[in-house]
Amino acid sequence: MSFFEYFSRKKNNSASIAKERLQIIVAHERNKLKQPDYLPALQKEIMEVIRKYVDIDMDCVEVHLDNNGNCSVLELNVTLPE
Amino acid sequence: MGKTTTSSSISSGLALRGHKTAVIDFDIGLRNLDLIMNVERRVVYDFVNVINGESTLKQALIKDKRTENLFILPASQTRDKDALTVEGVERVLKELAELGFEYIICDSPAGIEHGAFMALYFADEAVVVANPEVSSVRDSDRILGILQSKSRKAELGERVIEHLLITRYNPERAAKGEMLGVKDVEEILATKLLGVIPECETVLKASNQGTPVIYDAESKAGKAYGDAVDRLLGKEVEHRFLDPEHRGLFSRLFRRGV
Repeated sequence: MSFFEYFSRKKNNSASIAKERLQIIVAHERNKLKQPDYLPALQKEIMEVIRKYVDIDMDCVEVHLDNNGNCSVLELNVTLPE
Repeated sequence: MGKTTTSSSISSGLALRGHKTAVIDFDIGLRNLDLIMNVERRVVYDFVNVINGESTLKQALIKDKRTENLFILPASQTRDKDALTVEGVERVLKELAELGFEYIICDSPAGIEHGAFMALYFADEAVVVANPEVSSVRDSDRILGILQSKSRKAELGERVIEHLLITRYNPERAAKGEMLGVKDVEEILATKLLGVIPECETVLKASNQGTPVIYDAESKAGKAYGDAVDRLLGKEVEHRFLDPEHRGLFSRLFRRGV
């Protein structure tokens, strides 16, 4: 490695950027793939029920499914307006 | 990315090692395996003809002229990919097994559409071909996900044996940080490495001539494919061509292409 290359190395290291970006997107997409197909429909119906009583937006309901070994946890997060 | 190049070399390698091998082109409408294997002028019947009962399997199989044990089943050039049915593909694969074929290589089309799904559905083992490049690695991860959830093995609660093959690898650029390294790709995809095929001008030369690059035993790509076939057969072979070559002063002064 030449003297000049030593200093320009950090700037040119696009492979590490690629790796970082890939790790994030791949983890995100794997999680999505693992979620059951009914999750969006479930979220929509839950929202409709809540809407009967409180006026909320679609963004106010978050549904997550976490798998911990042999048990799955359905996490429901509803933000009610003040 | 190198799926057809890989299919042609791996199937030839298996046949050269004495295994009766068939290689099927699943890219309906865009067939190219015939061209890569130099049998394009000998295609009479194709995969879809066999599925539709318009010809027998034996009529459609083209015997490779270079090795005794290799047969090629070309894709149809005129139909579309929906011509492949699960039942039809299963019947052809069963018939091939009955004819004594030890290995059946299914050359998948690009993408995750019907043709690719048909190619992977019945797989016992899968070789996922990736280039050290962001879009290719991401796509490979999608295919691995589909293998783990939609293949027949997955439906039966089993698992397809997955192998990662990295093609068009440039060790010099990887060392400089300009290209994803083998370890990076392996780590992101979490799949066992079958082989690394270095970027090599002989790959283009081989496809120009219609001779799978594995026959070019002097070239790095040919050697790397040979190693990959040996590993597929269960041999322990050390990986080569992962690091930049150390050029001596002499070769630096007289730099010539290999």
